[in-house]
Order: sequence, then C-alpha cells, then structure tokens
Amino acid sequence: MKTLAELEAIREKMRGKVAVREASDNTTRIVVGMATCGIAAGARPVLNTIVEEVSKMGLSETVTVTQTGCIGLCQYEPIVEVYQTGKDKVTYVKMDSEKAKKVLEEHIKGGKVVSDYTIKL
Amino acid sequence: MKELSLNILDIAQNSVSAGAKNVTVSLNEDEKGILTLSILDDGKGMSPEMVRTVTDPFCTTRTTRKVGMGIPLLKMASEQAGGSLSIVSVSRETDPEHCGTAVTATFDTNSIDFTPLGDVVDSMVVLIQGHPEIDYLFLHTTPNGEVRLDTKELRAVLGEEISLGEFEILAWIRDSLEEQYQALKK
Repeated sequence: MKTLAELEAIREKMRGKVAVREASDNTTRIVVGMATCGIAAGARPVLNTIVEEVSKMGLSETVTVTQTGCIGLCQYEPIVEVYQTGKDKVTYVKMDSEKAKKVLEEHIKGGKVVSDYTIKL
Repeated sequence: MKELSLNILDIAQNSVSAGAKNVTVSLNEDEKGILTLSILDDGKGMSPEMVRTVTDPFCTTRTTRKVGMGIPLLKMASEQAGGSLSIVSVSRETDPEHCGTAVTATFDTNSIDFTPLGDVVDSMVVLIQGHPEIDYLFLHTTPNGEVRLDTKELRAVLGEEISLGEFEILAWIRDSLEEQYQALKK
C-alpha cells in the first residue's frame, strides 16, 4: 500500500527540483480544453497523456500543462493550445493520446509544428 | 458521456468555477446495487432561481456560447438508470459562512441503461492536476470496503512548497487509489 511515508520521501527528493524549476523560465504552456464539450469528446486521456509524457521526456522544467474551459470550438474538441514566448499560439484540434505524443515529440521537443493537426483561426 | 466518471469530472469543474476551497466527491454503492453520487462544495452557491433553471440545457454561465450541458447530461444519465438528480444550494449572498452546492444523483446499477462508472481514478487525477490548490475528499464506499483520498492529509506531509499538481505526486495519488480499488476486488 502507498503510505504517507513514501510521500515524504518523494517530497525530499523533489525539493531541489522545484527550486531549479522556479529559477528557470517556463517557456512553453500547453493548455487543454476541459469543459463539458472537451470532456465528452475525449480530453481526459489527452490531458493525462500530456502530463505523463512531459515528465517522462524530462520537459517539466520548461513546460507547464494547464486546463481551461470551453474555447468556443466545441466541434473540434479535444483541443490543445500551445503558447511559446515570442511565437504565435498553435491550436491543435481533434486530438487523442497518440497525436498528443507526436506533438510533444515533434513540436515541443523538436520545435516543428505538426501542421496536420492544427487549425488556422 | 461514455462513463459516469466523466460526468463527475465535468460537474466538479462547476465547483471549481464557483470558487470552492473544498470539494467532496462521494460514491456510495449499497447491497441492492443502488449507487449514490454526490458532489459537495463550499463555493459561492446558487440562487433558488438558478437552481430551478440549472437542469435546463439552455442555462449556462459560459460566455463562449449559450448552451450548458453539464447538469442536464448527469440528470439524463441518472434518470435513464432509474434514479434521480437533486441539487441543494445556498448562495453566498444568503449565508456567506455556509454557502455551497450539493449535487446528488442516484443510479440503479442493475439497469441496462446504467452508464458504467469508468475510470474514476483518472477523473480525480485530472481534477487535482487542474486545481492543486483546492482540497478534495474522495470517498467510494461499497459493500466490500472503501476507497478514500483526502488531499488535506497529503498537503500536511508535502508542506507549502510542493504542489499536489507535481507529476510525482499525481502518480502517487493514482497508485494509491488504484491499489485501494484492487484491494476491493479481492
């Protein structure tokens, strides 16, 4: 069973990491639409995949993942928006976990927008 | 919604929007297979007029369009499975000390039209990730035992500097809940 003592060990391990992150600039913000429309269309696994992969890929120092309400394009949900300092916002539509992994790999890590999944607004 | 756990996620977001500091999600299954879901918060609450109209799909607080579906969808899921939905709310204007909203829905899990609960652990993790500053109490009681998570206990261990939204903490929460669910099956 998971115990609070285990949590305490995680806390000790993380103290240094959090300080490093606070010193560095978060340059990328990934936003997932989590209103009724997004949830019904399958946003929950997309969000969880992104949160998990960002950590696995070692991107958590520069990338933050947040949730938002209805973006107003319900028919295109699940929607993922990428904000990067000094660049235009990129809107990915009709996302799923596999597409999200590709976006993280090619766009967030590689710097190349996956234009197959984007929408021009 | 394909899973009841998605309705839970959706309805709990309303508590977040209402400025709640504490949100309780409870599921109770009795021996006859009646499932009672309640989502309780200490947010700003609703006026009696709002409570009356909130089950109407054309009632919404969202500003991007004029249709809100959260409560109507949960009501439908409940009624099609032989249950009912009720909302009790006290607005901040009426009583700033005791305001909040309680949404309760019942389901007969034996009904052919019962929407499966689905991955409620996933929904709790998403809720906490979205608003790690809010305290959540999750309680699922069944005839075989219970599954419980109180983020207040976690926060007491983690202190101020480590957010519940950190991946490592979310992973611990997921494992803890999943282990408890596994233990129920034995």
